Amino acid sequence: MRHYLVIVTALIVAAGGLLSGAPAHAQSKGEIVVGVQCDRTGATQIVGTVLCPGFHDYIALVNSKGGVEGYKIRALEIDHEYKVPPAVESYERHKKEGAVTIAVYGTPQIYALAQRLTEDRIPGTSPGFGSAAAADGQRYPYIFPIAATYWSQGTAAVDFVKKQLGGSLKGKKIAYIFYDNPAGREPIEVLEDLSAKEGFQLKTFAVPPPGVEMGAQVLDIAQRYRADFVIAHLFGGAPAVSIKELKRVGYPLRKVVSFVWGSAEANIDAAGGFAVAEGYYTMQFAGVGTDYPVLNEIREMYKKEGKPAPKEMDSTVFYNRGVLIAALHVEAIRNALKAKPDGKITGADAKAGFEKISNFTLGGLVPPLKITPADHEGGGLVQIWQVKGGKFVKVTDWYAAYTDVVAKHIKEAAAKK
Amino acid sequence: MIHRECGVLKTTYQADMALYPLPIARWTVAVLAVLFFTLIPLTLHEYYLSVANLVWVAVVGALGLNILVGYTGQVSIGHGAFMSVGAYTAANLATRLGSPWPVNLLAGGLMAALVGAVVGIPSLRIKGLYLAIATLAGQLIIEWTINHVTFISGGVQASIEVPRPRLGSMVLTSQRDMYYFLLVFVVLAVVGSMNLVRSRVGRAFIAIRDHDIAAEIIGINIFGYKVLAFAISSFYAGVTGVLYTYFLGIANYEQFQITVSIDYLAMIIIGGLGSVLGSIFGAIFVTLLPIVIRYAMEAFGGIFFSQQTVLNLIPNLRLMLFGALIIFFLIVEPEGLNRLWRNIRNYFRVWPFAY
Repeated sequence: MRHYLVIVTALIVAAGGLLSGAPAHAQSKGEIVVGVQCDRTGATQIVGTVLCPGFHDYIALVNSKGGVEGYKIRALEIDHEYKVPPAVESYERHKKEGAVTIAVYGTPQIYALAQRLTEDRIPGTSPGFGSAAAADGQRYPYIFPIAATYWSQGTAAVDFVKKQLGGSLKGKKIAYIFYDNPAGREPIEVLEDLSAKEGFQLKTFAVPPPGVEMGAQVLDIAQRYRADFVIAHLFGGAPAVSIKELKRVGYPLRKVVSFVWGSAEANIDAAGGFAVAEGYYTMQFAGVGTDYPVLNEIREMYKKEGKPAPKEMDSTVFYNRGVLIAALHVEAIRNALKAKPDGKITGADAKAGFEKISNFTLGGLVPPLKITPADHEGGGLVQIWQVKGGKFVKVTDWYAAYTDVVAKHIKEAAAKK
Repeated sequence: MIHRECGVLKTTYQADMALYPLPIARWTVAVLAVLFFTLIPLTLHEYYLSVANLVWVAVVGALGLNILVGYTGQVSIGHGAFMSVGAYTAANLATRLGSPWPVNLLAGGLMAALVGAVVGIPSLRIKGLYLAIATLAGQLIIEWTINHVTFISGGVQASIEVPRPRLGSMVLTSQRDMYYFLLVFVVLAVVGSMNLVRSRVGRAFIAIRDHDIAAEIIGINIFGYKVLAFAISSFYAGVTGVLYTYFLGIANYEQFQITVSIDYLAMIIIGGLGSVLGSIFGAIFVTLLPIVIRYAMEAFGGIFFSQQTVLNLIPNLRLMLFGALIIFFLIVEPEGLNRLWRNIRNYFRVWPFAY
């Protein structure tokens, strides 16, 4: 009998020691599944190969610290090559595995899944892509842009140009060069509104897919139209071409501001490096650079495992966006678990969780979004960073502009359907 | 199917022309019908049905393309665009007029047939690769039009949400509902093309494919039949587009780009040009193979690599394996999966008493 007592006491002490020594390995109560779509091999692999590792690293970090409210998160990634049928298959697979949130990847994919997400009551996120009208939470209850839409990016760009040109746009000439697809044309109506409101001249220059030939458009902007500022909204390889062409015709890059998909290290590198793109302004919906506490924690996590930090971390723009998306998903799940501590959360709970996200900044990497049942965009906040001296330098803090104009367009889009 | 035709004697022309010449073939069809209409949808999880639905959509499209490329010998790289014509016709009718889906389906198919016939007119003068480029132009023009004409595309986003199809008071939403919805059209499409290719029109198509000058000399109106082939094939494509739109609930510009045309060409080449069964095999193969490879990688990839590497490796290896398997199958049997299947069948016809 005494022997047993000794053994039991010893076991309890040992277990206690283990628990206090490694609180991170506290008993996990279960797991919550998050569906992740990715494109590592298709048209947008330049983004996917960096963004998705960022997503997984953040989830791994959360799990290494004991998960969310004691629950581990399993991020199930499926690559869809930027095609729609595999995206449908991947969505159904995620649903089968019991995913409570789904990080959708790609504009055609979020369109194709919009109706299913709503019917199945699973929130899907479309950060930085998809329809700007989806910011309307009443109209699209289960779609969460969670980052500045193209409309918000358009208004933010005009506001930035206004400040750069000395506070007034009256009589100024702005050129809008865009990839000629629905996503590229989406902001035009907002820009036209602002042109009437602020009194500037707007001329649009379409770049036909695949966006590698824009010599004529750029020459027109620089020498015939003589734009005072250029707003660029290009994808894939096109931003790099635009930088090279503008440089070639001698247009100053400090008079160019690019939307969020032409603003990463990869785009600058493809254009010939940071020295070539000196002065180029970029718009961002996640913080840029390596100097954030959460990124240090991820590096620490790798160090503890005895591994070097992944090379994807060097491409900070896309990597940080991956971290941002993961963090917002985790936050939504955290809010849902707080409301339902038994852990039996559904997509509807996660939706409510998304709608409670407010002032969650992750040390500056995430803008202070305020997502509400009506506003699934969270305010449409962006930062402008400039290419300067071999790196991105922050020019503005988080801001949104002409929110009334964006709201008007969202309302009109909702009324149309 | 594997049937022994011993002792079956045909005494009338009608018996010779029957779709199922053997009594046992009727039984096979009955078994397949039970399998696809009851066993599969009632026992499998919704996820597998969603995969089946993707296959069904692909089967209808591949059948249509095979009528044009496989039976008539006219290459088309414009089928993605013909699908979008059907899709946007149906979506516009559904949202503007509120017309029911059977009307939209028919209108979408007919509109695509009309556009396809127009794109097919140059086929009288140009052949082979040159015709392929002409249809490529058709693809690009249609893409451009949908992208820029907001009257057709319903706004700058070029996407129109479509209400779910209704059957009386029932709204078809779940993957299981969709399974039945699509399967009906797959059956119609299969029976339709099986009958088409053994009809006068089908034989004219085959004559044009095999030697167009000879066909003209024996009295076949080449121009008429070529345009007809484009029209019928595009009708199938248009119907595919409409089915796809109802399946997803939205018509979107980026769902019908040139890669879609090429995917469908890959299906019929892998499956077997000029065969109905080949189109079905090709559609199944191209849709399912990536999924099967991914499952295999998920199951066994972790043994060799770390988790992060597997995630990066799966999609890339999947593409490589997909390409390698296509090459493998085409080397083993250049005439496609259908020929492979016939070889197997012929072997077992006389098995075990082969001489």
